[in-house]
This record gives sequence, C-alpha cells and structure tokens, in this order.
Amino acid sequence: MEQTVNNPADNTSAYNFAYLDEQTKRMIRRTLLKAVAIPGYQVPFAGREMPMPYGWGTGGVQVTAAVIGPKDTLKVIDQGADDTTNAVSIRQFFAKTANVATTEKTAEASIIQTRHRIPEKELREDQVLVYQVPIPEPLRFLEPRETETRKMHALEEYGLMHVKLYEDIARHGHIATTYAYPVMVDDRYVMDPSPTPKFDNPKMHNMAALQLFGAGREKRIYALPPYTKVKSLDFEDHPFEVQSWDDECGMCGARDSYLDEVILDDKGNRMFVCSDTDYCSERQDAGHRGQQHHDQPLGGPKSSPSSEKAAE
Amino acid sequence: MTKMNDPLLRVDNLTMMYGDRIGCKGVSFELRPGEVLGIVGESGSGKSTLLRSISAQQEPTKGRVEYQTRIDGTRDVYEMSEAQRRLLMRTDWAFVHQNPRDGLRMNVSAGANIGERLMAVGDRHYGNIRSSADNWLGKVEIASERLDDLPSTFSGGMQQRLQIARNLVTSPRLVFMDEPTGGLDVSVQARLLDLLRGLVHDLNLAVIIVTHDLAVARLLSHRLMVMQQGKVIESGLTDQVLDDPQHAYTQLLVSSILQN
Ligand SMILES: Nc1ncnc2c1ncn2[C@@H]1O[C@H](COP(=O)(O)OP(=O)(O)OP(=O)(O)O)[C@@H](O)[C@H]1O
Ligand SMILES: [Mg+2]
Repeated sequence: MEQTVNNPADNTSAYNFAYLDEQTKRMIRRTLLKAVAIPGYQVPFAGREMPMPYGWGTGGVQVTAAVIGPKDTLKVIDQGADDTTNAVSIRQFFAKTANVATTEKTAEASIIQTRHRIPEKELREDQVLVYQVPIPEPLRFLEPRETETRKMHALEEYGLMHVKLYEDIARHGHIATTYAYPVMVDDRYVMDPSPTPKFDNPKMHNMAALQLFGAGREKRIYALPPYTKVKSLDFEDHPFEVQSWDDECGMCGARDSYLDEVILDDKGNRMFVCSDTDYCSERQDAGHRGQQHHDQPLGGPKSSPSSEKAAE
Repeated sequence: MTKMNDPLLRVDNLTMMYGDRIGCKGVSFELRPGEVLGIVGESGSGKSTLLRSISAQQEPTKGRVEYQTRIDGTRDVYEMSEAQRRLLMRTDWAFVHQNPRDGLRMNVSAGANIGERLMAVGDRHYGNIRSSADNWLGKVEIASERLDDLPSTFSGGMQQRLQIARNLVTSPRLVFMDEPTGGLDVSVQARLLDLLRGLVHDLNLAVIIVTHDLAVARLLSHRLMVMQQGKVIESGLTDQVLDDPQHAYTQLLVSSILQN
C-alpha cells in the first residue's frame, strides 16, 4: 500500500508520501511504539539519510514523516518562531512531499515539530509534539562510554546526574544548567529534553499531547506518552526553578512566557519579546499591548536570536 | 548479620586463565573484619589478576569468592545480580588504583569526586554532601579551600589522597588497593602510608593490598601472601614471613630487598 503524492504540477511524484519509503516508516513506527511503551527510554533505530544535514532536525523530520498523514496540519518552530530558515525549510519539505496543510497557529496544528521550545499555549490530546534532539544521552557529559551509560540506565544508576548538578552549584552558587535540563520520567528513566530551555520542563509533566523525540545523528528515538510524570532533577536544598524575567514582553505585555532579548540599535537599546511568536501575536490580536508596541505592524526586529544554531 | 568471628571474605580455589596462560591458580584464603592482607611477588606473578578476580572486576575461570554482606548474609559475589554487585562495589567495597586518574573523575571538582558515592546511594541534600566532602578532605590532609578545585590541579600525592577520600566516604568495610604508592616519590610515599595506616586503624578497615614493595607490606599488613607464577607459595603473619621465610623464593625476595 504505497502512498505516493501525485502532483504533476510541481513534479513531486518522484517521492513517496512524506519522502521516506513505507518500509522505513514502518520501522520508525515500530520504534515509536516501543518508545511510547517505555517512557523516557532511548530506543535505537536505523536512521536514514535525509536530504538535509545533521543539526537541521533530521531525527525530528524522520519521526514526523513516520506519523504524518494527509489530513494533518503541521506547524514547525525553531526557538519559538515559525519564520526562521530551519523552520521554514522543514515546513516546505512536508508541504511538498506530503502535501499537508501547514500553519503557524499552535491551536490549529495536529503535529508540531520543534527544535527548542514547547509552545506557550497548552497542548491537547489530539496533538503530537515532535522534538529534534542533537544529544539524546543525559549521562554523556560524565560518562563517554556507551556500554557504561546503557548499563547505568538499565540498573537505574543515576547518581552521576547529581554529580553534574553538584558541580553546577559548587561553581555558580546555583544550578546553572538552563537548557537540556535532565528530568526523571515516570520514576524510572532519566531523560535529556535537549535542547529546550528548562523553562519548558514543567510543561512536559502530565502533558495531554503525545511527545516524541528524534535524534538523527545518534539514531535514537524516545517518547513521553500523554499524561506522563516528568520531574526535573534537583537537590532538597536547591530545588528546581524555571527562569524568570524582570521585564514583560515589549510587544504583548506577557509576563508568563519565555522572553528573548532583542538588541534594537547600536546605542544599547534593547527589548524583551516572547520567543513564541504565535503566542505573542495572538495576544496582540486580543488587544494586549507591551510598552514598546506603538501599534506598528509586527515582524521586523523579531528574529535575531533565533537564527543562532544549536551547538552540535 | 555479620558475626565478629565469621570471615568477611572467603576466597576458595580461585583460578584465572588467560587462554593457556596462568593468571593465578588455586588461591584460597579468608579475611576477617579489620584485617590487612598484603600480596607480594615479582612482576607478572599474578597479584593484580588475583585482586581483580576477588574484587568482582574480572570473573575468574574457576573458584568462588564469598562476601559477608551487611544485610544479606554470605553471598557468592559472582552469583549476585549485576545490580547488587555494583551496589556492593560502590558502597561496602572500595578500590584504590595505582594511577589516581583511573580512580578519579578528572573533569569535576574534588568535592564532586568525594560526593559521588553519596549521591549514588541517594543523598540529595547539597549542603550535607558538601560538608561530608569537606570533612573527608580534612581527613586526608587536604585544605578545605581546595574543595572546588579540579583534581588536575593537585599533586600526585594529593590526587592519591583524594582518591582514598572518595572511596571511604561511604564507610566501606573492605578496601582493595593495587600498588597505591607506586607512582609516588619516596617522601610522598611515606606520608601516604602513614595516613593509610591511621585510617585503616581508626575505621577498622579490612584491606587487601598488592605491592611489590616489602617495606610497604611490612608497614601496613598483618598477614602476607607471597606469589610466584600465579600461585601462592607462602603465607602467614607478616613478620614471620619476612623475618623467617620458609620458601626458597621468599628467601630470595627478602634478601634482595635487604640488599637494596
Ligand atoms: N588481560 C590479560 N590478558 C592476558 N594475559 C594477562 C592479562 N593480564 C595479565 N596477564 C598475564 O597474567 C600474568 C599475571 O599478570 P598480573 O598483571 O596479574 O601480574 P602482577 O603480579 O600484577 O604484575 P605487576 O607487578 O607487573 O603488576 C602475567 O603472565 C600476565 O602477562
Ligand atoms: Mg599488577
């Protein structure tokens, strides 16, 4: 039952639906089922070469390709923005190879592929969040041997994760890890949500949507089924905390969202804006205003911090 | 529960073959709580092989190693589940390697090195972990102000003392050491030996120490086993073996040391 997108107009019939062949998609779906059955466990899979370099979300793209259907609506974000090169090219890739509808609205998407952020708007049971992951192994920092990290997961030997947090506090006075902040999944597996900011960690806990993680280069897939317990690691006397800002969003006035700092000119003027562009514009449409809004149209100065690539 | 008179460790007919080559052969002995056993012999005689096989780091070809666990009675260490064995190895046992780099995490601070075992057994209070680490740094005669420094900024002797602190923080009852003073120069060796002797006495540690330095063996160990070509050829109280060696090879070993 090969599904081919037959679209002679733009000559995409050479590709199978969503680019990957059906056999590969079945293999990835089997991997996903296993990942969902063992929340937080990294399942190896025979990752394929994709027509884009590693670091551009090949793991996420393969997962999306395996779960997407013709009726899906896809949203792709990089940082929180839909309009960066990476997000745009992945969105176009699926528009072309799967002929699916795309959107920038969180509420309208059935599948959201992301590199850094979890949308501010609460996700629903009928949505799937696909993460692009560069480094899936949370223990890698202190234990380079793969055989040893596998054993540590198998035997729940996670003391090393706290060695890393200890070191953070000893050096900085507090837990300085701000992204890829390790979590304990379902009281069993330690998982790296890399490279999302720790601000988003609490959103993973008990999320209604299915969360799928794809690491292309390291060929690993892991998952959080809906309503899974996700706890950020910490110490009793240094509890987990999310980032907070003294400022509010200059455009929409939000105080509850993740803010990016934007340099406005070379005189040191700067402002903070929501990293989630959809969240921000929705608030503005509803009439919310930040201090720097001045009612001019959105778009211009927004994207500067988003264009930086995740270090890999 | 451990009874004082029961052996802590019982090694029975232990043999380790590397293909056709003998690593060690037919070794049996018992070790009591608080007892220090020295293993001496020339290079290649099988000391390290024996130590690795006893300490669950290398499964022997034949023989048994039984350990009197704290809560589970006497257990064959190679019949435990891997999880149990690894837990034993990082709580009730300790390993001091000749090269401190093999026993330390060089990319985290001294404090994190000492705290690791505490965190491994579930300690989740930063302040308590840090003060235990600080306390242990003091016991191995390293200044508190080095707590947040990386081991790579320490001298060889300090690294070795840090390795000892890192191992003893969980109050193990049995410590394995393979040439712990090997890479150090003489004055540093003497200080380390002094420290070790104090700790072993104060904490009532059982120790198996491999060395080819008979002076180290004499200073630390109550009993001695002499190995040659993989076999134990003589054993007994340290003073007895060194002052009145029975086996011709031991006599040679003792006399060659005296000539140095
Ligand atoms: N991993 C191995 N593979 C094969 N042979 C080995 C291995 N390890 C040790 N041997 C052999 O086993 C014998 C005993 O070696 P072992 O390292 O136990 O001696 P040792 O008494 O510790 O020597 P040294 O004082 O030099 O450290 C030697 O013949 C050695 O070549
Ligand atoms: Mg040796």
